[in-house]
Amino acid sequence: MMDQMRSQLGRVRGLGSNKHGVGHWWAQRITAVALVPLSIWAVVSAVSLTGADYTTFQAWISEHGNLVLMLSFVVAMFHHANLGMQTVIEDYVHGEATKITLLITTKFIAAIGAISCIVATLKVALTG
Amino acid sequence: MAAANRPLSPHLQVYRPQITSFISIMHRLTGVAMAFGTILFTYWLASAAYGAEAFERAQSLMGSWFGLVVLLGFTFSIYFHFANGIRHLFWDVGKGYEMETVRKTGWLVAIFAIVATVATWATVCPWIGGA
Repeated sequence: MMDQMRSQLGRVRGLGSNKHGVGHWWAQRITAVALVPLSIWAVVSAVSLTGADYTTFQAWISEHGNLVLMLSFVVAMFHHANLGMQTVIEDYVHGEATKITLLITTKFIAAIGAISCIVATLKVALTG
Repeated sequence: MAAANRPLSPHLQVYRPQITSFISIMHRLTGVAMAFGTILFTYWLASAAYGAEAFERAQSLMGSWFGLVVLLGFTFSIYFHFANGIRHLFWDVGKGYEMETVRKTGWLVAIFAIVATVATWATVCPWIGGA
């Protein structure tokens, strides 16, 4: 039996509920750690932009630090949201076809959302 | 494989509510709510790409009653998920597993989320005392 010739670590590396080993777990944690400072920045920024007009927003997002942090926040946030939704779907949806359809839909929405946010951020910041 | 002797998951209908299970469920609920909230966030950010008029329409939607209720839920969700996420990261490195600590940090997360939400809104709402 092939399975018995593999070490415990070798076996667990390629398994887990979605057959992708510990990759998902690590990505969820890394994005979580990144979002600790980034979400504080996002909340402070949202508060400071309350009722802001376009000119104020454009000046704010053109500032290099805000531009970099906004792009970092968007990437970490959409990735983390996708991974989280994946966990919830895998836990509660048992029909294989429904589960895979939902997982793919979630990934597509997260990808489109992230790309849309990145393009909008760059467009407003760089071209006004 | 026989499943007879394997431990069962708790059935929510007959399970006494506890701070541990409550916080755990709330972590998922706030996470899923914010995942749906990213659609609104994308609308807000993308509106700026369509110019001043579209952005200011999005801004006034955020200031409407619908917008304010969603943003209030968003504020609470962020603080809750943020604080409990840090609690999870401590567990990931093997710390804070004593039952007394687990309960204490659970209450801490709930109290922090409520206090931080009120404090944040107090800084922006004229009728609570902010600018």
